[in-house]
Amino acid sequence: MEIIECEGLGVTYPGGVEALKNVDLTIEDGDFVIVVGLSGAGKSTLLRTINRLVEPTTGTIKVDGRVINNLDKKELKEYRSEVGMIFQNFNLVNRSSVLRNVLAGRLREVPTWRTLLGLFPEEDVEEALSCLERVGIKEKADSRADELSGGQQQRVGIARALAQEPKILLADEPVASLDPPTSHAVMQDLKRINEEDGITTLVNLHFIDLAQEYGEKIIGLREGELVYQGPASKVTEAKFEEIYGRSITADDQLTAGGEADV
Amino acid sequence: MSNSAAEEKPSRFMLVMGKIKGLLAIILVAIIYIWSARGVGFSLIEIIGELPSFFNLLWDMVPPNWAYSIRLINPLLETFQTAIAGTILGTLLAIPLILLCASNVNRNNPLYFASKGFMNLMRTIDPMLYAAILVAGVGLGAFAGMLALMFFSMAVNAKLTSESLEAIDDGPLEAIEACGGNKLEMIKYAVAPQILPTFASYTLYVFEINIRASTVLGLVGAGGIGVNLDTSLNLFRYPNAAMVILATFVVVVLIDHLSNVLREELV
Amino acid sequence: MKTSNTSLRDYEKKSMKWYVGYFVVLALFIWSMIGMNINLERISDGIPAMGRILALMVPPDTARLESSVIGMIETIQIAVIGTTIAAIFSIPVSFMAARNLGLPTAVSTAGKQILNAIRTFPSLVFGIFFVASYGPGPLAGVMALGINSIGMLGKLNSEIVEAIDPGPIEALEATGANYPEMFLYAVIPQVLPEFIGTTLYRFELNLRQASVLGLVGAGGIGVTLMQALQFRRWAIVGMTMLVIIVVVTILDYSSAFIRKKII
Ligand SMILES: Nc1ncnc2c1ncn2[C@@H]1O[C@H](COP(=O)(O)OP(=O)(O)O)[C@@H](O)[C@H]1O
Ligand SMILES: [Mg+2]
Repeated sequence: MEIIECEGLGVTYPGGVEALKNVDLTIEDGDFVIVVGLSGAGKSTLLRTINRLVEPTTGTIKVDGRVINNLDKKELKEYRSEVGMIFQNFNLVNRSSVLRNVLAGRLREVPTWRTLLGLFPEEDVEEALSCLERVGIKEKADSRADELSGGQQQRVGIARALAQEPKILLADEPVASLDPPTSHAVMQDLKRINEEDGITTLVNLHFIDLAQEYGEKIIGLREGELVYQGPASKVTEAKFEEIYGRSITADDQLTAGGEADV
Repeated sequence: MSNSAAEEKPSRFMLVMGKIKGLLAIILVAIIYIWSARGVGFSLIEIIGELPSFFNLLWDMVPPNWAYSIRLINPLLETFQTAIAGTILGTLLAIPLILLCASNVNRNNPLYFASKGFMNLMRTIDPMLYAAILVAGVGLGAFAGMLALMFFSMAVNAKLTSESLEAIDDGPLEAIEACGGNKLEMIKYAVAPQILPTFASYTLYVFEINIRASTVLGLVGAGGIGVNLDTSLNLFRYPNAAMVILATFVVVVLIDHLSNVLREELV
Repeated sequence: MKTSNTSLRDYEKKSMKWYVGYFVVLALFIWSMIGMNINLERISDGIPAMGRILALMVPPDTARLESSVIGMIETIQIAVIGTTIAAIFSIPVSFMAARNLGLPTAVSTAGKQILNAIRTFPSLVFGIFFVASYGPGPLAGVMALGINSIGMLGKLNSEIVEAIDPGPIEALEATGANYPEMFLYAVIPQVLPEFIGTTLYRFELNLRQASVLGLVGAGGIGVTLMQALQFRRWAIVGMTMLVIIVVVTILDYSSAFIRKKII
């Protein structure tokens, strides 16, 4: 069953940049999809459009059979709470505790008067703690976010997204700020969650070795156009060169070395 | 290409133009000075000629009337109360204004510009002026002074804090938006944690300004120790005036010190 | 099923210090409000009274436009000359108060203390004393701002001097330059733009101060304002305030613009 269907999706930014051009895309429920492409190819735009942080200019996006282009304010918040987002720069509040950051994922579940008073129901706090447990950093719950290492901070980001109990996880270059061993550890976390919970997951990456190692399916973007969509196993080096529009260099590979900073 | 070459090696023309610009600026400044000096009747002869009478005045002030200090305790407490109440109320009023004056929180353009305009307008008026008008409305006394400080500190705090707020990391704001959180939740979980230390530090700074201002509010009848300064001088009781100045000095220095200690705790 | 409540605080370490802080602020606030002698009557009479006053201010008395503008011009002039006097005096003082120019620490410490002492008082206090000795008029205002501003300008400028790059000084020293040469070619060029910046900033503050110095007789638009206030001529008060707001805003923006260009 398809969970995400894009038809003729186009995004033009106010400055006139056409970041996505006529993209037709289907993603099956439970897929683990890697989106590859050069910097500026439109990867972030694609994910952000799926979460409606960016407005589509043309075309439609259907999620779970429902068109999400014209949701009203309330529906949009409800929809966003079903889609978890993980960011390259983690987007944590540095000065707040880890728990407080993760509880942000429960905001939609809890009435606003409670969240504003900081009175989360016990169940929601337990839920947040169990999300932290799943990414292996439960004991850090009351540390300040900026006391954690980069890998741990990204796990807080993942826990926050999990706390939303999402149908879809969108991860925008989740490992681009991390060293190679930590990158692998975080990718393994994402993959494991996808397998255990069956949450459809889209991950933007620009390292082709990571894409091949973890992706089941790969989507290739080039200058805003969809140039490949299919199983990862069929993507050859030649195919990557086509997506990137140039020959593959060492910079496109993340070769592991050293100890994981977890 | 020709452009970058010109930047590396300015042409003769550019050099001459630069010199002319500099010269014009100097002439302009000179004109402003001459115009101002004549306007205020500036004369070194008068300044120096009157200096003895200034020092005579200072001389008449020593020794300060130490006994008068007891009568200053209540006015000093009132000065404190005015500054504290004015600062706290002004800070509370500043909170919505800060959020309205930050473009990353308030994305409604007309409302944003209206708020900034209001904030800047309120800031141009000196607290003494607010006090002089409020005294006519709510009567003589510290209440008018408190309201004056409240309006002024609201505007100053809103200006300083909203500018810092516009420079915070927008990532967490986006994360809350992506979770489906609403505006209030965004403010509580992404904006407040980032801006609170800065806000607290600016509030202390505004408090320091208010303590200084509250010592002279009495000159327009808005309460505090300024009333004693006014009457001492009007009755030519210079040793009393000296005592007021001394007491003010000690208190302001102490408050500044306390405020600095608190600020270091916060950061 | 969501039954029991949990406060986030139960899960986070929050030190006692904060609760003490909240309590102290709350107690101070209550104590202060008690001292304000606020009662219902004052509020119920005060709000309509303020409303009447504001209503009387508009429309402003346009017949007084000219005299207000003349008063404001004097205010600008007081601020210009006052700021300049302070700027000139603050230069030697700020070098004395700076700790990195090899002067004895006793000198810089004493310098800093004097600057702090001057900064303690609002310019209106200086205004009163200069009016008492120089007589009412703009010159008293000039002296008040001139002396008062040395405190802040000296402090800011000495911090600028303390932040200079010692490289150029050493470079000149290595060529065998003497102290005045080092000063002229390595120190002055580094600090001058920022000195001008702080002076302009102080000018912006002084302009506001100069607009109220007239309340104690030290010249400028405040004199007109005080007379209008004494006789409750609210339309004139409205006119003078309008002129103050417009002129202060324009000069604020111009000064801030020049500051950005220079630094
Ligand atoms: N907010 C924006 N406003 C204008 N142009 C943008 C914005 N965000 C991205 N772009 C442009 O859109 C194109 C695609 O960007 P992006 O989706 O970030 O690519 P990627 O994530 O693959 O690097 C780029 O040319 C980029 O400059
Ligand atoms: Mg990107």
